Amino acid sequence: MESKLNLDQKMIQEARQAAGTIADDVQYFIDEHTTVTVERTVVRLLGIDGVDELDTPLPNVVVENIQQGGGLGKGAAFWIGNAMATLNKSPQEIGEAVSRGELDLTKIEIKDEKDIQGVIDEVAKETVGKIQKNRDRRDHDMKNIGDGEKPYLYVIVATGNIYEDAMQAKSAALQGADIIAVIRSTAQSLLDYVPYGPTTEGFGGTFATQENFRIMREALDEVGKEVGKYIHLCNYCSGLCMPEIAAMGALERLDVMLNDALYGILFRDINMQRTLVDQYFSRIINGFAGIMINTGEDNYLTTADAVEEAHTVLASQFINEQFAKKAGLPEEQMGLGHAFEMHPDLKNGFLWELAQAQMAREIFPKAPLKYMPPTKFKTGDIFKGHIQDAMFNMISIWTNQEVQLLGMMTEAIHTPHIQDRALAIENAKYIFNNCRDLGSEITFKEDGIIQSRAKDVLSNAHDLLIEIQRNGIFKTIEEGKFGGVKRMRTGGKGLDGVTKKDPGYYNPFVDLMLEGGA
Amino acid sequence: MALEKVDLTKVKPYGDTLNDGMVQMSFTLPVSADEEAKEAARRLALKMGLEDPSVVSMKNMGPGFSFFVVYGRCAASIDYTGIEVPKVEVETLSKKEVEAFIEEKIKRDITIIGACTGSDAHTVGIDAIMNMKGYDGHYGLERYNGIEAVNMGSQVPNEELVAKAIELKADAILVSQVVTQKDVHIPNLTELIELLEAEGLREKMVVVCGGPRLNHELAKELGYDAGFGIGSYAEDVASFVVDEMVQRKLV
Repeated sequence: MESKLNLDQKMIQEARQAAGTIADDVQYFIDEHTTVTVERTVVRLLGIDGVDELDTPLPNVVVENIQQGGGLGKGAAFWIGNAMATLNKSPQEIGEAVSRGELDLTKIEIKDEKDIQGVIDEVAKETVGKIQKNRDRRDHDMKNIGDGEKPYLYVIVATGNIYEDAMQAKSAALQGADIIAVIRSTAQSLLDYVPYGPTTEGFGGTFATQENFRIMREALDEVGKEVGKYIHLCNYCSGLCMPEIAAMGALERLDVMLNDALYGILFRDINMQRTLVDQYFSRIINGFAGIMINTGEDNYLTTADAVEEAHTVLASQFINEQFAKKAGLPEEQMGLGHAFEMHPDLKNGFLWELAQAQMAREIFPKAPLKYMPPTKFKTGDIFKGHIQDAMFNMISIWTNQEVQLLGMMTEAIHTPHIQDRALAIENAKYIFNNCRDLGSEITFKEDGIIQSRAKDVLSNAHDLLIEIQRNGIFKTIEEGKFGGVKRMRTGGKGLDGVTKKDPGYYNPFVDLMLEGGA
Repeated sequence: MALEKVDLTKVKPYGDTLNDGMVQMSFTLPVSADEEAKEAARRLALKMGLEDPSVVSMKNMGPGFSFFVVYGRCAASIDYTGIEVPKVEVETLSKKEVEAFIEEKIKRDITIIGACTGSDAHTVGIDAIMNMKGYDGHYGLERYNGIEAVNMGSQVPNEELVAKAIELKADAILVSQVVTQKDVHIPNLTELIELLEAEGLREKMVVVCGGPRLNHELAKELGYDAGFGIGSYAEDVASFVVDEMVQRKLV
């Protein structure tokens, strides 16, 4: 792509290199550790599902059993494989036996490592094959049924009731939506288990459960045939159960997942060690499953100023790109996030937003950039809100963003009503069609407001990355460099779920998925 | 022709002529967009008490749903002179004035704890009031001399908030509630007051809530000293807290 901003390519390269070193540093730490949710994910991928009589999910029951026996450092796959080899039972039978108190996984005779890995690999390959099939099905449907034109129109449903959500999602798809995201119940990110079964009540959203995923997938496949395009399903692979949700999504053919450790650290106060380890495995799964991830940089601007802190968004995009790369996630699946959040009264604010969006486009040319709508300065004046959203849509089509989370004029009032979504889609469709080739027609004035702004932001991001490279990401977060939020390395939720790996640790899915990934 | 004067005992919506009662509204009906749906929208407006309703736009929103824009004349009127709304009566001081007020009238640093309680994960509101940076050019309480501001963040259980208040001997508690869907905030806000009362702390502290769907009247009903809605800044909250402390002799 021809650069319209005349960005300093050497500076971009240096920034990328610094981000690579930052990710390398963290990767040493990640490789040495596992977490309870990573192991529960392995348990799920081995096919153990369901709940005990107290509604505790079996993956939790199994991992707690291993943890109590002091065996977590070897990995759940090791213990389940051992039980399979010894008892000649399926993973599900083993899980149920543990939940009935009939089996203590770390107390049975330990077989030869080779035998254990042999039985486990067989089951693991079956699951990986299932996920591959989902990926093939998506590719097939997108080719044969059709796919929306980019920017994809992304809308949310959030009734709390999955059946109501499915109905609203179909309505949104019929109006033109390409991606339907089911907002999660607000408390879910901090639950250290994934609820089970279909759910009909939630707060500000609907619980992410595997059955809810299945119900929504089925609804969207149905409406997709009706509208002649594949409708993408999005959920939130974040919080304390990040990789488990990735696994559920891979199994139920979700297409897009919010997936960003930094977001959880800063905005949900999740412990950074925990969630960075979790993120690695979840990105491996998402990468292999062909799921596009969305990162959460846009959220920084809800707490920090969009003008002054724009460079932190770019710096974080660089880092997220490197983390994703390490997990085998191709650029085409990296939905790096950013947002239209400058104060509407700002003189030439539109030009600065344009600079930021164009800059992200040029620096990450293959990434399906996720562009978030104005929220911070939405007031309840729905008429003004509708115009703010129009301005945002204009930038998106102008700079070739790929995932357009549609702004709602009723932002700051309520979760969207059916007409709010319809009007938002109409707004975007009108502008996208009316300005379709604006971007390829217009160039920017040399050293004008737009070029200069992009240059400044890049330069500041570059300097910040060099500084982070020196101090490490942990210290940088402790200092509050992102989103103006400070978090401690040993603070936040979920640290007690982090364990150092023992020699002989086994997780078959990492290699299987990294090798098979795109 | 002289302009007609507004009769404040009978106030009506204004479109382009006094007392024309013009109202615009929009809504969705769960029926497909057709002539019957349009007539249904018109009749619904009549039932709502609008005269001469006119459906100016109908849109198909997929099978089973239609969206309408309707105009009509509102028949009802309201006696404006008889209305009194409870509001925070304290005059808002600037940051400097609040700081001076603390120094002169309270003569010690005060501690204010803020949190987004219950399941609410949206810290935008509490951050705007508490954090150094503030919001929209209005600095947050962390930046005030004489105020020790502690922002506990999101999803804080009421018990934890009360424990922190005891630990820090807080002078005031600020609670933010952004998610108010299906009224989840009401039991949560009520619970905090009950906990404070059980601990014998309610009278010793200034307790304030805020959020986009909250107002002073509701806050008072729930047992809070004040409620701050949309468009409130740190100085509004600070002015109220310091004044209330002096009024109630909590200095």
